[in-house]
Amino acid sequence: MPTKFTADHEWLRVEGDIATVGITAYAQEQLGDVVFVELPKPGRQVKKSEAAAVVESVKAASDVYSPLSGEIIAVNDALIADPALVNSDPMNGAWFFKIKLADRAELDGLMDEAAYQAHTA
Amino acid sequence: MLATSFQRLPLHDLHVARGGRIVPFAGYEMPVQYAAGVMKEHLHTRAACGLFDVSHMGLIELTARSGRLDDAARALERLVPQDIVGLAVGRQRYALFTNAAGGILDDLMVANLGDRLMLIVNAACKEADAAHLATHLADICTIEPLADRALIALQGPKAGAVLARLAPTTAAMRFLDAAMHDVMGVACFVSRSGYTGEDGFEIAIPLARAAAIVTALLDHPDVLPIGLGARDSLRLEAGLCLYGQDIGPDTTPVEAALEWSIQKARRTGGARGGGFPGADIILRQFEDGAPRRRVGLRPEGRAPVRGGASLFADATSGEPVGKVTSGGFGPTVNGPVAMGYVPAALASPGTRLFAEVRGQRHAVAVAALPFVPTSFKR
Repeated sequence: MPTKFTADHEWLRVEGDIATVGITAYAQEQLGDVVFVELPKPGRQVKKSEAAAVVESVKAASDVYSPLSGEIIAVNDALIADPALVNSDPMNGAWFFKIKLADRAELDGLMDEAAYQAHTA
Repeated sequence: MLATSFQRLPLHDLHVARGGRIVPFAGYEMPVQYAAGVMKEHLHTRAACGLFDVSHMGLIELTARSGRLDDAARALERLVPQDIVGLAVGRQRYALFTNAAGGILDDLMVANLGDRLMLIVNAACKEADAAHLATHLADICTIEPLADRALIALQGPKAGAVLARLAPTTAAMRFLDAAMHDVMGVACFVSRSGYTGEDGFEIAIPLARAAAIVTALLDHPDVLPIGLGARDSLRLEAGLCLYGQDIGPDTTPVEAALEWSIQKARRTGGARGGGFPGADIILRQFEDGAPRRRVGLRPEGRAPVRGGASLFADATSGEPVGKVTSGGFGPTVNGPVAMGYVPAALASPGTRLFAEVRGQRHAVAVAALPFVPTSFKR
């Protein structure tokens, strides 16, 4: 399944019933140098659009919202040690968390890449 | 916020052309960062030289109607607790407009240019400051806000060498010297001071020549343009107050740990002790101390603690004992740094407190300011 996007600048890739979530290249560019990331605890149940993680630049703190409802099953500890990974590899290495989907129907409301490009244009 | 029109800096187009990302600040459209980003801009300023456009700030000339500078100095001392009479020609000092409650109406720099005083005040306060001066000093002084200047700060260890190429006479200046200097053939007000903790200058340039001089400075390979983002992280690491955030009408100079800015001549028993708004309260606090004090705060973890966070004495229980007024990530410190107000009994460096961030309490240690050593050319 191709990468999907939210209006809040998260990306996600779904394999089976597991979605991997990160923030977009556009989002990291807007944030600037990322200096701190706070990740959810595995096992936490999150709702769609709930603040699940925090990303902080030199300037400000921003929430990262869960694009879908479900259970956090893994987080990317590499971001704790090296928050700047969010700037250098936002769309791959700097994934934030993996979530086990509770409701696949929620996928329908997400943007594809073309729609996201239009959203940020 | 209501619909507001923002003023543009005189050199707005130059900032946009250099990649400045423009945001609203203090009624102005200002560059918050350039292509290099806040981190690189901050580190470059500490390592080499950064150029800041601070033209939003206010320049006010104060001239005695009598023609005697001493009359203007004495008049200004009615509004500030600093020694202005004793400020030598060609020198600059930090000052505070105080109110009757001992609070701070604005912080400013005052320079003695021999025939007049040059005041540099905060953007958000400049109209109120000019009105305040007019109300109290118009009988003695003429008060002239200067709108036809660009104000540039050139900061960092290479700033002296960079400016000396365009303005050779500035090479002999020392920290807090201030005078008119020839910069590329233009008479400019130059002070050796700034807001970063580094050596450097602030330069007021007549608008007609501002773009040419700023372009010449930026064309030097050691100079990068620096936005508001790094300006804030640099001043925070240097332990310097941001008016409206760390100091204001509800904080006294003693609470704000700015006693150093009030010279002996204006303290109790001094040659011109008292005689400024709130003197009774401020001078009593000199003797007795203030119930709370501005301190540096070093979070123990990596999470930045930002302005507005409540401070607690205990990791889990109790009411807040203080508040963070400024905080963020210090690129040179390579970790989070903050400042805020705490009860006097908890103000000693090393005291462990807890800052609440997103509902969690994070350990912070009271720390001496500045967080990075200053490197002024004394």
